[in-house]
Formats: sequence, C-alpha cells, structure tokens
Amino acid sequence: MVKTVEAPDGVEGQGFFATSLDKVIGLARSNSIWPLPFATSCCGIEFMATMGANYDLARFGSERLAFTPRQTDLLMVMGTISKKMAPVLKQVYDQMAEPKWVLSVGACACSGGIFDTYSVLQGIDKVIPVDVYVPGCPPRPEQIIEGLMKIQELAKNESLRRRDSDEYFKMLESYNIEPADKKV
Amino acid sequence: MNNETLLMAIDTYMVKTTCSNVDAYGMLNVNINHTELLGLIEELKTKHGFIYLTDICASHYPEKKGIEFEVVYHLHNLVGNQRVRIKVALPESNLDIPTLTGLFVGANWMERETFDFYGINFTGHPDLRRILNMDDMDYHPLRKQYALEDETRTDKNDTFFGR
Repeated sequence: MVKTVEAPDGVEGQGFFATSLDKVIGLARSNSIWPLPFATSCCGIEFMATMGANYDLARFGSERLAFTPRQTDLLMVMGTISKKMAPVLKQVYDQMAEPKWVLSVGACACSGGIFDTYSVLQGIDKVIPVDVYVPGCPPRPEQIIEGLMKIQELAKNESLRRRDSDEYFKMLESYNIEPADKKV
Repeated sequence: MNNETLLMAIDTYMVKTTCSNVDAYGMLNVNINHTELLGLIEELKTKHGFIYLTDICASHYPEKKGIEFEVVYHLHNLVGNQRVRIKVALPESNLDIPTLTGLFVGANWMERETFDFYGINFTGHPDLRRILNMDDMDYHPLRKQYALEDETRTDKNDTFFGR
C-alpha cells in the first residue's frame, strides 16, 4: 500500500477539492525536501545510517540527496566545522536558492562540542542562520529524523511571504549575507 | 652502526662539539647550535645514510629564559633502521633557523607547519606561510602564552564549567 500524506483542510466535493495556495505549497515543499549533506565527521556516519534502509530518510520525501547547493532545500551540517572551513560553509549556504533551511546536527555543529579550541568554529550559527538544532554526540538516526520532521513542520507552516519580509532580510543582514532574490 | 659509533662520527665531524647527548629510549639525541644544523644534517644524509626526514616539530618552554623554543628534527636511516633526533634551542628574541628545503624537499610543508604553530622563522624557505590554520589568524596558537580555549565560546558561561 502506498502511504500518502494527509490532505490539508479544505472544501471537498465530487470531482474537486479547494484549499488555500500556501497550504498546497507547504504540503509540497515539506514532503519533497532535497537535503545537501555537509558531513565532516562522526555525525556524518550517523547520517549514513539515517539514509540507509533501516531508518530510511526517503520515507519523508528526502530520498533525493544532492551534492550541489543549487538544487537543494535543506543544508544538513553534520560534524565539526573548523574556522578554516567556515567560509566554505557560508559559500555553500549562499549558493542555495530560497526557500532554504539549515539543520545543525550534533554538538560540534551546534556549539563546537568538546572542541573548545582555537581552530574550531564554536557553532555554525556564528556564520549562517540555523533552523533546527539536533543535540547529541553523535545523535542517533532517530534524532536526526526528528530534526528533519521539525524542518518539515517549518516548511509546511511557513508563510509564503516570510522570505520577502523585512524581518527576514534583517536576519540575513546580521549574518552579512546578501539576499539572493531580493526584490528591487 | 649503533648509537655510540654514530655519536663518535658526529663528534668527529663537529670539531668544537657543543653536543650534549642523551641516549633516550634507544634513540640518539643530539643538541646542537642552529649554525651547525645544515652541515650536520647534510653530513648525516650523504655520509651516514640518513636519507629520510621523518618530522620537523617544535616545542615551547616559556620558563627557560634564553632558550624558550626548541626545534626538533627526526632523521631515519632506512637501510640500517636507525633513527636520530636533533634538537636546536632558540631564544624568543631570534627565531631564525636555516631551512632544510635544499636537502629534503619534504621539509617544505613541515617547516610551514612549524612556522604556523610556533612562529619559527626558517630563513631561505621558498614559501613560508600558514598551512593548517586559517590565513588571517594573527598569532601562533601552540605558544603557551595563548589560551587553548576559544574566546567566542558562548555556552560555557556557567559555574559547572568554571568559565
């Protein structure tokens, strides 16, 4: 049996179904998230288990991993990010098209973890905005899946105008990021 | 060739010997002056078969005034399976030491790493710039006057971690 997602609230009748556009778009976005795995260490190994048949991230519409930022919606940062790596990570984020989300997996990506030292970035939110943090060292696949489901919730309920709001631009500005498709 | 005969050969080569030699864990340890470095290593490489430069590293002893830094060279004689360790002490006021890139091409990155972490100035090095740390870092992090912890850490400001 093919399991489908539930339809959003709407008016149903014979041969038609009416609902609001943002609910349809939210439904589509949240169930077809294409992740970009930015895996640098042991959290990346847990992610491989998450993608494997036992845990199977594909059940959530995320079977299509892409190693190109231009075709992905979700940046999954898994592992220690050194300060030398930070500009690379920021560039990857820059190259993603809106709407985009960031999932920070594991203690190192969230806060630097045990690496309280001169060479390690003390949390990726020092350079890019993060939507969901997954704690753990490393987190189990179930936790990563829960993080992805939180991202799905965000995608489903996000206002279609959020990415055009001044608030959003201010947030990007605080990270010194140029809005990619800002309206002139 | 065992350590004793090697030490005798080194003593013969260096007429005025400044060696203080310790046989540490079966490995000959030679302390020399930085002016003698190039000559001795060339002698070991060409005459005694130490053709492999295992490592270059350094250490920092802030309490030893006048010899705060020490650059350590490890050489390996692959045929005789013999190793030797050469140490050069340097004062903090003058961290110049000649480069080994003329003798061992592989010394290039080792010296860049030692420069990166300790600020040792290898004179004559073709491209002495940082190799591992980020390019705009403005200090040499393994010197002991710098804290290991990162100042931008924000989640340890409580009593449990003592920060």
